Parts: sequence; structure tokens; C-alpha cells
Amino acid sequence: MSAVVAEHDDHHDDHAHGPAKGLLRWVITTNHKDIGTLYLVFSLAMFFVGGAMAMIIRAELFEPGLQFVQPQFFNSMTTMHALVMVFGAVMPAFVGLANWMIPMMIGAPDMALPRMNNMSFWMLVAGISLLASTLFMEGGSPAGGWTMYPPLMLQTGKALPFAIFAVHLLGISSIMGSINIIATIFNMRAPGMTLMKMPLFVWTWLITAFLLIAIMPVFAGAVTMLLTDKFFGTSFFDAAGGGDPVLYEHIFWFFGHPEVYVMILPAFGVTSTIIPVFARKPLFGYSSMVYATASIAFLSFIVWAHHMFTVGMPIAGELYFMYATMLIAIPTGVKVFNWTATMWKGSMTFETPMLFSIAFVVLFTMGGFTGLMMSIAPSDFQYHDTYFIVAHFHYTLVPAAVFSLMAAGYYWLPKWTGHMYNEKIGQLHFWLSAVSVNILFFPQHFLGLAGMPRRIPDYAVQFADWNMISSIGGFIFGASQLLFLYIVIDTIRGGTGEKVTDEVWEDAHKHGLEWTLPSPPPYHTFTTPPAVIPTEHI
Amino acid sequence: MSTTDTYYIPHKATWPVIGTAGLLTMLAGFANYLNGSSIGPTMMVLGLVIFIIMLTGWFTLQATESESGMYSTQVGISYRMGMMWFIFSEIVFFAVFFGTLWYTRNLSVPWLGGEGTGAATKELLWPSFDATWPTNGPKALGVDESGARKFGAELEPMGAWGLPFLNTLILLSSGVTVTWAHHGLLAKNRDQLIKGLIATVALGFLFVSFQAYEYHEAYTEMGLTLGSGIYGSTFFMLTGFHGLHVCIGAIILSVVLFRSWKGHFNPENHFAFEAAAWYWHFVDVVWLGLFIFVYLL
Repeated sequence: MSAVVAEHDDHHDDHAHGPAKGLLRWVITTNHKDIGTLYLVFSLAMFFVGGAMAMIIRAELFEPGLQFVQPQFFNSMTTMHALVMVFGAVMPAFVGLANWMIPMMIGAPDMALPRMNNMSFWMLVAGISLLASTLFMEGGSPAGGWTMYPPLMLQTGKALPFAIFAVHLLGISSIMGSINIIATIFNMRAPGMTLMKMPLFVWTWLITAFLLIAIMPVFAGAVTMLLTDKFFGTSFFDAAGGGDPVLYEHIFWFFGHPEVYVMILPAFGVTSTIIPVFARKPLFGYSSMVYATASIAFLSFIVWAHHMFTVGMPIAGELYFMYATMLIAIPTGVKVFNWTATMWKGSMTFETPMLFSIAFVVLFTMGGFTGLMMSIAPSDFQYHDTYFIVAHFHYTLVPAAVFSLMAAGYYWLPKWTGHMYNEKIGQLHFWLSAVSVNILFFPQHFLGLAGMPRRIPDYAVQFADWNMISSIGGFIFGASQLLFLYIVIDTIRGGTGEKVTDEVWEDAHKHGLEWTLPSPPPYHTFTTPPAVIPTEHI
Repeated sequence: MSTTDTYYIPHKATWPVIGTAGLLTMLAGFANYLNGSSIGPTMMVLGLVIFIIMLTGWFTLQATESESGMYSTQVGISYRMGMMWFIFSEIVFFAVFFGTLWYTRNLSVPWLGGEGTGAATKELLWPSFDATWPTNGPKALGVDESGARKFGAELEPMGAWGLPFLNTLILLSSGVTVTWAHHGLLAKNRDQLIKGLIATVALGFLFVSFQAYEYHEAYTEMGLTLGSGIYGSTFFMLTGFHGLHVCIGAIILSVVLFRSWKGHFNPENHFAFEAAAWYWHFVDVVWLGLFIFVYLL
């Protein structure tokens, strides 16, 4: 079957083969690469905004006592740091990768629904803008935690409806993006690209997209009820009217648990893509990776109440959610095993993407293990709402999700730009990040086990030493990320000056269709479906 | 019609960013309104106008492109997948409120009445509260005519066999008429297509009118409001969001009707009709759920 891009007469303007001129190009673009770039640039900016908030948090916690900020503002910072990082940085970064890579990986000319693709990006910007605007409002931005539990959240000042509508917009954005990804993967694959030949990054995103469509409306529903409770006299979360604040927690975590997997499944995909290239071996256990990802996604829907063991559930509920949660360790273990087995006896080299990916495997496993500890309901009563949980989810999010994003950035930047990044500075960035992230988060395990609660601006003096060490790690980690910003800008502007080949990495063409394209790829790729599908990644 | 082996890629899109601006203005206006700011309503109207302009412009563009045969079968499949998963997300949205109804009715209200582990809850909070359904809660939030707080007041539920049953018949019939219209479209019987759509739209708006009347009754005669504890909350949230979706569905069908009038659609190419019909059936099925779980049981 031969195919061409349909160029209809009424669309045959000067720009049919290239981008529109000027800044407007970025506003009205329907090109998956442009939109991918928009997502990635936006998420990088939000990474630094959210990071600045984290720096405020760590500065305040450097020493016991109140140093720099008021407690209310401190709580705003923990809340906004989480919301910005989750919805503004990590999720959009993965959507950006999906936009850039999925069409190129499956041999499609573009995303299935390009206009909606544009809208989902601008909805994201609108949502984050609405959220950020609350920083300047009377009563401050939301300070009740990113989980927005009532009744505490209902005490928010003027920011409350803005934060709620921001969630709605972000939800619309995510749902549009997910629908697009599903339609693209199911409908736009090149002939011969069967489902079980798809790169794992595509598989993990397909499953993530289903998660998002199933959970974002749940979050939207939950915050809608917050809104009506506050402004329209309903009593969903008010026991006086027959409602129950615990109901909110159930609904929120029914969204929230799959949501944390939304941030890690594409990271699994990135890692599964990068490790085989630098181990010079096909991925070990491809199909088991697919099934493991699907199992993790399924399990994520039936374990939510492990976030609320201390809420006063019946004992049967505690036991069920405890054992169901432990089950997740099995497919996750399959994945870690497969990554390790892929590296086993490989001829490995350690370029920056590989370094970040190996760190991902090691440090994500650490975050996974603390997760197992907390899944044990009776033990969780000790860990709940302490710095132990903070350490746990930061291990799964920073040296896992964020590291995989860094790995993806280094891995694909040469493909995107046609230039090679500076490997020396890249490795410096890696080592600074990998060491400092452990100085930052590892002591928080000790703090949590010793009983330091999360979300407080001040603490007992017994926690002083580890907090200071953690803060120092935080400052080093934060500063190190400026190196990444430098490298990205430098690479876009020409990098080392070395012209990269189409496959960039040795024998990368065996691992994905994107490496058969020129670096940088033309504005429109696969105007005809690729004839040969590489199968060696299986 | 194009064939499957051509790719269709639109090049520039101005409507998405306009629509986003409209929605953002509308929501920011609503938030301002809720905060008591005077600029709120103006922003809401402005945002709504921009949003409607976007919908009109974007759908006109799509319809024009579709009628000029620009969409391949592949594009049609993408659109159908898009609509399918959009409806799925809507189903999940409704599931949240059905879940809320189930949880409050079967768990939290009985706990307040002392069931299960709620014995202490009942003793310490509202010892005189007996768990019944419907309820406006142990401490009814409203006040009676004399200004005194109503405690655990009796609440008259909305009956099932009056208007709601009539509305069930109306929506089910509209499901039949829209299918009849679809058969007309497939058989190239435009008269049947148009008549079927007119009947569907009319039944849709009739449904909404009856529901508006029911709401009026609830507020003025029965004292059943959004503030009537958990029964009022779940009742109005579920039926209200459903009514909103009926309105949206009826408007979509009106557009499809208008396009049918203009001679659009043919037996092979009528995605808009299909999407509208799917949406209508979705709204129909949600209503059946509402009729059973909100009104009947």
C-alpha cells in the first residue's frame, strides 16, 4: 500500500510544507513536533517555577524556627509546588515527548487529531495560568495541600474557585491529549507496525492515556462538589447534611493513585527505550513489559485507600487495600528485572541518557521499596503524614520520573535539533543531580521515621541536623538543574558543533523508526508510510 | 471520498486558541462572580460569546471540509474514536456522582445513624438522628419559617411515577426517533431523516421543559433545594448535570438537523450525525440510571 500526504487545493498555500512565519506559528500550529516542543518548553519553565517553590520550602526548613516566610505562605508553597510540578511540569513533559515521538515511532505523519492537539496545549496553559494567578490573590493561593481535602480546603480565600476551575481546564487538556494519543496509536500506525511491535514508550503512553481518560473526570467531579459545597449550599462533604468528608478522600484517591502512575508509566517507557540502545541488546522480555504495564495500570484502580489507612476504615478494608497494594510489587518487579536483564552481559556505554536511566532503575526501586513498607497497614500508622512519605514519593518522582525525563531529553535532543549536546557538562549534570538528590531526600526517611510531620514550616530541634543536610542537598540539586537549562539552550544553538548522524547513537536504527529519519527530522515526516518496520527491539 | 491510503493533515488552526481564551474568560469570570466581584458576570458573558463564536466557526469549518470530501476513511475513524472516548470520559464523570449517591446512601448516612462502627459517632454528634433515605442530614442546614434551624427534618422525596416517568418515556422515544432518522439517512430518505431529527429535538426540549417544571415544583412547593442536605445535593447534582447534557445533546442534534436541511450527509459520510446520535444514546442511558437510582429506589 503506497500513500501520500493529501494536499488539497484549498490548502495549497505557501506554508503547506513548512511552519507559518513568525511567533504566530506557535499559536496556531497543528504540527506534532511544534506542539511537542511547546509542551516541552512549557514544562521546563514550570519545572523551574515549581523548583523555586521547593527552594523556598527547603530554605525555610534549613533551621528550626520561622526564618523567611509565614506559615500560611509556606503551606501555599507546598501545595503549589505539588500542583505545578504534577500538572505543569511532569505530565506536560511526558505529553510533549508523546507528541514528538509517538508519530515518529509508529510511522505516522502526525497526530490523529491535530487541531485538538493544539487546543489541549493551550488548555494546559490556561489552566496553569488560572492556578498561578491565585498566588496574587487575597487570602493567598491554596494552602490545604495538593489533595485539597475538605473541610480545610474550603477555608481557602478567593483562590478557591480559581484553583477548582484550573483543575477543570487541566482535566480537559489531559483528556483531549489522551484521546488524541489513543486515536493516533490505534488508527495511524504504519502498515506492519502491529501492536506488539510498537516501542514500549508507545505502549506505556497508550495505557497512560486510558488511565487519564478514566481519572481526570473523577477529579473534576470531586472538585465540582467542593465548589458546590462552598458556594451553593450542598453537603457532599459535610456530615451535618448527611455527607462525609471521607467521601472526598475516596474520590480523590480513586483519581490520585492512577494519577501517580500517569507520571511513572511513560517513564518506564523511556527507560525501556534507552537501556537497550546503550546495552546494545534488544530489550529483555518485551511482551512481559507490556503485560506488566497493563497490570500495574489495572491494579492502580483498586488500591486507592492505601493513601488513607488512618482515616478509620473497617478492618476488612485495611486488609484488602494492604494486600492489593502489595500485588503491585509483582509487575513492577518484572520491569526492574527486565531492565537489569537487558543490561546483563551487554556491551554497555555510559553516555548521559544511559546514566540517568540506570539511576532511574536503582532509585525508582528504592522508592518502590519504601512504598511496600507503607503498604503494610499497621506500619503505615507510623509513617502516615510524616517525612517518610515525602521521601517515598519524591524518590518515585524526582530520581525516577524527572530523571527519566532528563534521560529522554539527552537521548532525543540530538534527533530534535540535529546537534550534539556537550557530553562533559551532561555527565556533570548527572553526577551532581544523582548525588544531591540522595542528599536531599534520603535523610527525609530518617526524619519521617523519627516522627517529623509533613507540611509544617517549623519543627522540633531534634530534627535539625537531617533537615539542614536535606536542604543543602536541595540547593545543590536545584542549582544543578540550571546546567540542564544551559545544555538545552546550547544544543539548540549548535551544541558541540558536531553534526549528528541520522541514528545518533550506535545502531540506534535497530531500536526505533525515529532513528531512520534525518536529524533534525523534516517538518512533516512519513509523508509516505515507512516500508520496513524494524523488529529487533523485540 | 478519499481512500484509506491518503493522509489528511490540517495546517493551521486559529479556533482552538480562540476557544481556549473564551473558556478561560468564562471560568475566570465565574470565579470572580463567586468571589463577589462585579466584573464576574461581564467576563462570563464575554467568554461565553467567544466560546459560541468558536463553536460556530470551528464546526462550520469541519462541516465545509467534510462536505468537500476532504476527509479520508482514516480521518473518519479518528473522529469516531475521539467521540467514543469523549463519551467514555463523560460516563466516568457521571459515575462519580452515582458513586457519591451510593456511598452516602449506603454508608455515610447509616454510619451517622449508628450503624457499623458509627455507634460513637451517633452518640457524640447527633444522638436523635435516625438514618433514613431520603434525608437532609442530621442537622438540616435550612431554617423554617420562624427562622429556627430544622433538625433532621422529614424530607419528601421526588416521586418517580409522575413527571420523571413521563420523561423516561420521552427520552426512550427520542432514542427511537433518532434511530429512525438514521435509517432514513442510510436509505437516502431525506424526508425521514429530517422528520426523525425534528421529533428527536422536540422530545429533547420537551424533556428539559418538564424537568425545569419539576425543579420549580421542588424549590417552591416541596422545599427541596440544593441545600436540602445530602438528598438535595445528590438529586440536583445528578439530574442537573444530566439536564445540562440533554440541552447540549439537543443543541448538537439541532445543528445536525440544520445540516440535514442543507443537504449535508450521505449514507457513507455522516460522522456528525453518528456522533450526535451516540451522544444522545449516552444521555438516554444515564437517564435510565437516574430514574432507577435517584427516583425509583
